[in-house]
Amino acid sequence: MKCIVIFLILVAASARLEAHAFLKDANPGVGSTMQTSPSEVRIRFTENIEPAVSSIQVFDASGKEVDKHDLHLDRSDHALLHISLPQLRAGTYKVVWRVVSVDTHVTNGNFTFRVVR
Amino acid sequence: MKLLSLFFWLICAACEFSATGRAYGHGFAGARFFPATLSTDDPFVSDELSLPTVSTIRTPDDGGTRETDISVDVSKRITPDFAIEIGDSFTALNPHDGRAANGFSNLELAGKYQLLKNGEHEAIVSIGLGVEIGGTGSRSVGADSFSTWAPGIFFGKGFGDLPNEARFLKPFAITGQLGVAIPTSASTRSVTIDVQTGERDIEVERHPDVLEWGFALEYSLIYLQSQVQDLHLHAPLDRLIPLVEFALETPLNRGEEGQTTGTINPGFIWAGKYFQVGVEAVIPINERTGNNVGVIAQLHFFVDDLFPNSLGRPLFGGNK
Repeated sequence: MKCIVIFLILVAASARLEAHAFLKDANPGVGSTMQTSPSEVRIRFTENIEPAVSSIQVFDASGKEVDKHDLHLDRSDHALLHISLPQLRAGTYKVVWRVVSVDTHVTNGNFTFRVVR
Repeated sequence: MKLLSLFFWLICAACEFSATGRAYGHGFAGARFFPATLSTDDPFVSDELSLPTVSTIRTPDDGGTRETDISVDVSKRITPDFAIEIGDSFTALNPHDGRAANGFSNLELAGKYQLLKNGEHEAIVSIGLGVEIGGTGSRSVGADSFSTWAPGIFFGKGFGDLPNEARFLKPFAITGQLGVAIPTSASTRSVTIDVQTGERDIEVERHPDVLEWGFALEYSLIYLQSQVQDLHLHAPLDRLIPLVEFALETPLNRGEEGQTTGTINPGFIWAGKYFQVGVEAVIPINERTGNNVGVIAQLHFFVDDLFPNSLGRPLFGGNK
């Protein structure tokens, strides 16, 4: 019983720790349709991210990477990553992300968005 | 012993808050997060703690018996691909007629090795060997006096590799298990003597090998929101995984061949940062299993997220 109580105390005390980073929201949105080309992809995660060992790539329908390779962490929100985009033509684009949260848990995922014109 | 236990936990806490090492995931294959299921075994190895799992159902035994189980299961990775598990249950039996009984079930130990993990196809396969150690539980709640070995194979597959035309099916995943429970005793005899007549009555209970099979079909709203289509679901819906589990047993020999019993368990799991909560109805598949609906609920901790630098990482073999 004492072990259980101590475990629960440690659980409560561990609130400062991070966990696996899940995608919280994105812009362009997951599965969304954009009327015009977005200037960047922003992804907010559920945990703070280590940008040096994380990545976001954006591919066009032919599989060619179209992002500007300038992934960076938001200055005020360390759970938010940005990557810039050139002017995109109409089509479907795939965002592939792999992030390491500050406690080093690794997660990855992908989603698509569509540009109409 | 108590001081030793306290010392162990304090050391863990000290490691946790000072270490800078790496810790890795539970139930992930690529973009797929597999939650720990309640009624069937998981296909992955991890550091996790189910505390408690509570189930209650009225069984057909002795004219109808309310059986309530409170169990705890701990899994600890020894290497990134190999984990050991230990579990036990406290069982309370309340028959319609007769005396109530309660006590611990036999202790269960298991080892599981993760054979395959494919991120692209969201697939995991593991093999395991479990043993229920006979004589460690209370006879009054039906704990066997003999041990039972249970080798098995466990699998998980997400449907994220379906074509985009079927994108709303991508959040589906299936996990399952197939194994055989092999008792070390083919039968047990119990002898009763009639005090009036002195006649001996010998009753033989046979213990068949049993095929243990089951699967869980789940639809992850987490996956739907983050990989397929953001529907702007809010808490708690955005972390919900509705599922239905099938937990089945089919005796293979000793006069009970093919007499399948089992339950279908629809419910949901809510997965948070450090723990998940699951609740399922327990619906018997036939009269042999029972006629009443039960319920199972579980509080499950992700030890690798809670203590990524100590208890939540493999003991050996680095990180993966």
